[in-house]
Amino acid sequence: MINLDSKVPSGHISEKWTNHKFNLKLVNPANKRKYTIIVVGTGLAGASASATLGELGYNVLTFTFHDSARRAHSIAAQGGINAAKNYQNDGDSVYRLFYDTVKGGDFRAREANVYRLAEVSGNIIDQCVSQGVPFAREYGGLLDNRSFGGAQVSRTFYARGQTGQQLLLGAVASMNRQVDLGTVKLFTRREMLDLVVIDGQAKGIIVRNLITGEIEKYSAHAVVLATGGYSNVFFLSTNAMNCNTTAIWRSHKRGALFANPCFTQIHPTCLPLHGDSQSKLTLMSESLRNDGRVWVSKIKNDMRHPNDIPEDDRDYYLERKYPSFGNLSPRDISSRAAKEVCDEGRGVHGGEAVYLDFRDAIKRLGKNVIEERYGNLFEIYETITGDNPYQVPMKIYPAPHYTMGGLWVDYNLMSNIPGLFVLGEANFSDHGANRLGASALMQGLADGYFVIPYTMGDYLASYKPTLVETSHPEFEKVKNEVQDLTNKLLSIKGKRTVDDIHKQLGRIMWNKVGMARNEKGLKEAIQEIRELREEFWKSVNVPGSGADVNQTLERAGRLADYLELGELMAIDALDRNESCGGHFREEYQYEDGEAKRDDENYSYVAAWELKENFNWELHKENLVFEYVKPAVRSYK
Amino acid sequence: METKNINLKLKIWRQKNSNSVGSFVDYDVTVSPDASFLEMLDELNNKLESQSLEPIVFESDCREGICGTCGLVINGQPHGPIPRIATCQLHMRNFKDGDTIWVEPFRAKAFPVIKDLMVDRSGFDKILQAGGYISANVGGAQDANAIPIPKDVASEAFDAAACIGCGACVAACKNASAMLFVAAKVSHLGLLPQGQPERYRRVERMIAKMDELGFGSCTNTYACEAECPKGISVKFIARMNRDFISAKLKSKSLDIA
Repeated sequence: MINLDSKVPSGHISEKWTNHKFNLKLVNPANKRKYTIIVVGTGLAGASASATLGELGYNVLTFTFHDSARRAHSIAAQGGINAAKNYQNDGDSVYRLFYDTVKGGDFRAREANVYRLAEVSGNIIDQCVSQGVPFAREYGGLLDNRSFGGAQVSRTFYARGQTGQQLLLGAVASMNRQVDLGTVKLFTRREMLDLVVIDGQAKGIIVRNLITGEIEKYSAHAVVLATGGYSNVFFLSTNAMNCNTTAIWRSHKRGALFANPCFTQIHPTCLPLHGDSQSKLTLMSESLRNDGRVWVSKIKNDMRHPNDIPEDDRDYYLERKYPSFGNLSPRDISSRAAKEVCDEGRGVHGGEAVYLDFRDAIKRLGKNVIEERYGNLFEIYETITGDNPYQVPMKIYPAPHYTMGGLWVDYNLMSNIPGLFVLGEANFSDHGANRLGASALMQGLADGYFVIPYTMGDYLASYKPTLVETSHPEFEKVKNEVQDLTNKLLSIKGKRTVDDIHKQLGRIMWNKVGMARNEKGLKEAIQEIRELREEFWKSVNVPGSGADVNQTLERAGRLADYLELGELMAIDALDRNESCGGHFREEYQYEDGEAKRDDENYSYVAAWELKENFNWELHKENLVFEYVKPAVRSYK
Repeated sequence: METKNINLKLKIWRQKNSNSVGSFVDYDVTVSPDASFLEMLDELNNKLESQSLEPIVFESDCREGICGTCGLVINGQPHGPIPRIATCQLHMRNFKDGDTIWVEPFRAKAFPVIKDLMVDRSGFDKILQAGGYISANVGGAQDANAIPIPKDVASEAFDAAACIGCGACVAACKNASAMLFVAAKVSHLGLLPQGQPERYRRVERMIAKMDELGFGSCTNTYACEAECPKGISVKFIARMNRDFISAKLKSKSLDIA
């Protein structure tokens, strides 16, 4: 029987975390070194968790499939990190950040988790500065801020357009210090392929050494997954090429519940598609919307050059529809608005793109100011497209970006499998149905620096888990299953390439489980994904062997998981008969096209348990809103 | 954007593993000028896979020029002919129909080839693990605005911190020196007030590790700066050298190595 106890502490929301920290059990400093903890992933959440657990004195084994911890995809976050510092004296507070995040998530997040996130946000900035993260500063030497979507205050800290890079290098440096001190042992080029659960507790992992091909076993007292999101299920997304769902999906197959898989975020400002060979979609930071104005022509199929379209023929549709948030409307709303005008045939040249225009900002502030704020982003844009955004408006279109769904965790960030913790984008916990900009970095570091060091101790002290030898039969069994799967992928030698099948899956997902969903499309998607999965196992072609570097084999294993996850995403979307945040069901909308939430029936976290033969059972964690009363989410 | 495809002859380095001898193999491709260089290789690999041939191993991840995973020597230049970009940001519109393109891995004694175009750059991490950090445990940090840092100092530290750890500087250097990489980290942390307590210990340890791993010496050719995708300035090498000499002068040890 699955027990979905969120373990949210009692008391007033502003005191929950303080009281909880006091109530959590501790591990004596001398005993910490007797415990071994596995951390998988070295992005913001994984690197910060490894660093803090190492600082506390635990033995940490950290794994990444990259050649270096610094490559994790947190590195690519551009715009910034939110924190309720109120340095700008513009009315920010922990409560307002909490309120904005719950509302931004369309009332589908757990209040207590979100409050804690807001509460520790200020400390994150302090910690990062103490590590030497070179945030942007004013002439007086104090930290600078900017605004992001879904907020009416300036609470975003940034380091040019490379905030994720600087934060990750800070977290990785802290982890490297622990490597230097001997508390963290770092294993690079290892991909986690399975979780070992013994007597109901997470006891270790099975990884493939990506250089030698060897399948290796590692055991620990607890396992922490910080392996990111699953947007690459769409094939084309803003995620890095190697981002994948394998670690969390295979843990799901070992019993961990998968929560809200259909909550995916489509980011409004990405570069439009250029052709069939495209490998990924490039994000342009949301911070551009601080000064750029989004518009399309009022005329369908307008083939004029954007600079020749006069003011009267331009529709600044975000400013028109959402006057109080304008170009800084939240991501889900901005993306849908872009799709709407393009579906009307008013996109760039009638196609799938809208303009993001800096003409007025350059006029108002001068080219120098714009260059200082966004220079590197403009360079990226010009490198890719060949167009100069100082002279011609950027062309942008929404693309899959972030996944709010992930493994279910309680307030301690532990999954329903004792000893299995899930941090960062890999869990479902803080962003509800839509994440606000600059909040992913905040969550990754909050989980790793400020939550796991407390809750891990409580697990070890209360459950008193033992270390199982990797010679245990269960380790051997799981290892053999992983080996069998590898052998099977290599033995099919069919007619279709991995990318070919992945692209087909991506098209199904984008068309039917993407920005707008409906019952008919979702039912078709489920059927099509099942058929494609069957075809994959009959006709995929993975050349080479498993005994050395084989990147096709790596991709094939990840695709096999996407072909299962994709189905669950569609099932979850079909089950949720409402529209909320990134999940828009065409049947559930107001007359003006805004999302129609159903709090009476769907105010819950959908946590799915995998049964035999790809049947899933739904478990519900009801969401209670004591502090932020659910209301129609208006940005008008 | 209707653009005409271009035809190219590729000469790509293939090498089975670190112990075997590699060679160039010819491939003919037709590609859209809007595609990126790595998308061209993706397409070629997809074609090879459909013929049950082993695809060309090359590394990439973010494809936005920030993760530092990719790195090819294209026509003799690390990251190709366009300055200040990573390989993943190179687009085919920079090549002409009929061009022949030579594609090789980064070559350096300290970066052994693993397979085809994939090399082992783990030496970089070993250097960073020898002091490339500020020792500040989580928990006790003071308010972030407690130490004002002048805008120009923060900005210069950022210029150094922008390094993506790709290794182009090593590949570009005739001595396979890692001085620009090490100097970038030493300067990033050494410029900031938070980095002062460990400033001299850090530079000594990182340089010792760099030497131990077999990276070469700096002879001031500036090839590293020219090929750096982030345009990191060689002035940071001068800065590191100053710190290194200061460290030796301040050192309590009598060793002169």
